[in-house]
Amino acid sequence: MSQNDLIYQKKELPENLKRLGFILVGVGLVLGIAGYFFDSQRALYNYLLAYVFVLSIAVGSLFIVALEYLAGAEWSTPLRRIPEFLASFIPVLLVLVIPLLLNVQSVFEWTRKDVLSHDKILSGKSPYLNTTFFMIRTVLSIGIWSLFYFLFVKNSRKQDSTKDQSLTKKNINYSAVFMPVFAITVTISGIDWLMSLSPHWFSTIFGVYFFAGSFVAALAAVTLAVVLLKEKGFLHPRLNNEHLFSLGALMFTFINFWAYIAFSQFMLIWYANLPEETFWFIQRWGGMWSVISIALIFVHFVIPYAVLLTQPAKMDPKRLKFISVWILAAHVLDLYWIILPQVNSAKAGALTIFFEFGFLIAAIGGMLIVFYLNGKKQNLVPIGDPKLEKGLNFRL
Amino acid sequence: MKDKKLFGLAALFSTPDELVHAVEKVREAGYEKYDVHTPYPIHGMDNTMNLKPSKLGYITLSFGLSGAAFALLFMYWAMSKDYPMIIGGKPFFALPAFIPITFEVTVLFATLATVIGMLTFFFKFPSNNHPLHDTPYMKAVSGDKYGICIEADDKAFGLEKIKSLFKELHSTDVSEIYFPVLEPVNLFDGKFLALLVVVALLTSGVTYLSLNKLLYVSPFTWMMTQDKDNVQTKSTFFADGFGMRRPVEGTVARGFIPYEYKGLIAPIVPLSNPLLPTTAVLNQGKKRFLTYCSPCHGNFGEGDSRLRGQFPNPPSLHSEKVRGWADGNIYHVISIGQNVMPSYASQISRDDRWAIIHYIRALQKAKNASPTEISEAKKENSANVAK
Repeated sequence: MSQNDLIYQKKELPENLKRLGFILVGVGLVLGIAGYFFDSQRALYNYLLAYVFVLSIAVGSLFIVALEYLAGAEWSTPLRRIPEFLASFIPVLLVLVIPLLLNVQSVFEWTRKDVLSHDKILSGKSPYLNTTFFMIRTVLSIGIWSLFYFLFVKNSRKQDSTKDQSLTKKNINYSAVFMPVFAITVTISGIDWLMSLSPHWFSTIFGVYFFAGSFVAALAAVTLAVVLLKEKGFLHPRLNNEHLFSLGALMFTFINFWAYIAFSQFMLIWYANLPEETFWFIQRWGGMWSVISIALIFVHFVIPYAVLLTQPAKMDPKRLKFISVWILAAHVLDLYWIILPQVNSAKAGALTIFFEFGFLIAAIGGMLIVFYLNGKKQNLVPIGDPKLEKGLNFRL
Repeated sequence: MKDKKLFGLAALFSTPDELVHAVEKVREAGYEKYDVHTPYPIHGMDNTMNLKPSKLGYITLSFGLSGAAFALLFMYWAMSKDYPMIIGGKPFFALPAFIPITFEVTVLFATLATVIGMLTFFFKFPSNNHPLHDTPYMKAVSGDKYGICIEADDKAFGLEKIKSLFKELHSTDVSEIYFPVLEPVNLFDGKFLALLVVVALLTSGVTYLSLNKLLYVSPFTWMMTQDKDNVQTKSTFFADGFGMRRPVEGTVARGFIPYEYKGLIAPIVPLSNPLLPTTAVLNQGKKRFLTYCSPCHGNFGEGDSRLRGQFPNPPSLHSEKVRGWADGNIYHVISIGQNVMPSYASQISRDDRWAIIHYIRALQKAKNASPTEISEAKKENSANVAK
């Protein structure tokens, strides 16, 4: 191996990626909009699913970036650009959220005046759950994430050319501020977009539950991108299996964390057996939902746990590729399980499954395009980062 | 040390990089039995030494799984087979409630098995010694040096060869490690066992004598010991030996009104209900009736026990006989008992008994009301609502 092979050289991401992205967006939008004409309410919930999916991955990725700075992690520095690219979807959320905000009355029960007028519980919750405050919260959360995204990314990119170490210091300070803000905004997002779909229900652990699912999905997205890009040689040639191992280990940990939180939420409600809390789970036990509820345990916990348990599994690119796609699918299933039982549409039938994931496909396509555009302009490795060399030398 | 054997040859280096380099060279030279010792874990050392992943994980996994299985099976047997108990209205096999315990037992089994497995299979327990212990080499690598030791068992071992190799690698110090050849200790030697027994007897005897006899100090007992007899204790003062005395004949508790017809089988009790049938009294009566009477008499006094035949069903309270009774007679039955029914005098207070009687009367009235009475009651009710 010559010395040159060990130095990162920027390669253009293939045009195919962009093309695939556009095809997915096109197909997805056609399916989704067709679904809207078929059953407008269900389509809105499908849109919400796609929105929350993208949000969770983008914000989870931003969290990974901030976590690296704050913890002073070195191993993840060579691959930090991947979560940065994924987080670049955050400003786009401000546009994506518009259809939901316009149709807020068909999605959220608590926005309707007629419901509020004869529902004491909901009118009691209205100081928090009201349309104006909801929109302020939404815009503010996305604004705060975007602000921190731009701060992190600006410094990180500037470093590529200037190699200025003080920029890392700056980002560490920003991430210290970001962490508590992130905790609050993510909790609020989870409560606003998912828990308030069933406004009578409450679970104090729901914010953590949403965070756990988001973080593990973001990790899976990062792992998938890293493994694919590494195979094709887009990343630093000195990136090795031990970096992959760390990603796999983190995924493994947070799969456990998700299961722990999800089970804590379920067990307390199941044990206390209070009707005002249990009805949410009972809703997810009627008809086909019981199958999905049981499947969620296996898909989101047991199978990834078993696959990632051994040490070689966490290093093997093939298995990592498989399991990160699997975990992303599990995250979709998790969101589906949270969101879709709230649809009380009579038209639910075999046909709906055809349109169900239209918007989700479009959202994934959108992420690919944004990823491509980022990769076109930027290095896929933060070449100016002072921790890069140590990160590349990382050994278990 | 007369009988000593060469354990191996140890070399010290001042930096971890030198040690990593040394390990590479040692591996290249074909040595297999060697180990490194460093003050802290060196990242990448496993790869350099070409160590295979530890087998310890298999012990952990298998014991973890058996711990989970054991916990689940045990709880299944204990809670749903051997002694089924309803807890919080949950099913006998309440899986969600069992999961935290299953998790704990899994972790317990896995960690214990890991530690014990590590000690027995990898550290050769009960041996607690190693030739490298208590050597200058070990002291150095516990401080600021990085060491490698090639064992004499290695096939390619050669003292001079390795010494020159270490010198080439700029080792700061090379030392030969010896260990004494000891005769194996026989644990079941007669003298040794006798000594153990004597020592055990001596220490326990001396401890007992000195602490409990010679140096005995009665502990400060706060108010536990007093010059009086406590309940349930033996008395040396009274002839019958009971510490607890019977009250004087004819003593009554405060607020207690004795029941004068006690002991009579079926007297005509001329007592009349001292309470007025107000809503509060009826509600109180209902509450007490449902608590104390309904298990046998049924919720509406129809004699349809809620105990599903575990106890003989009493006759209905709506019979001509009971309806014809005076309040005092019902009071008598509650206080004294009748046939299988025991006395409820100790459970139900006097006022509560009278309240129950009002409630029974209300039940009887409701059960045997005529159509005109019902329509009148309805009218009155609606008039009340309108008010």
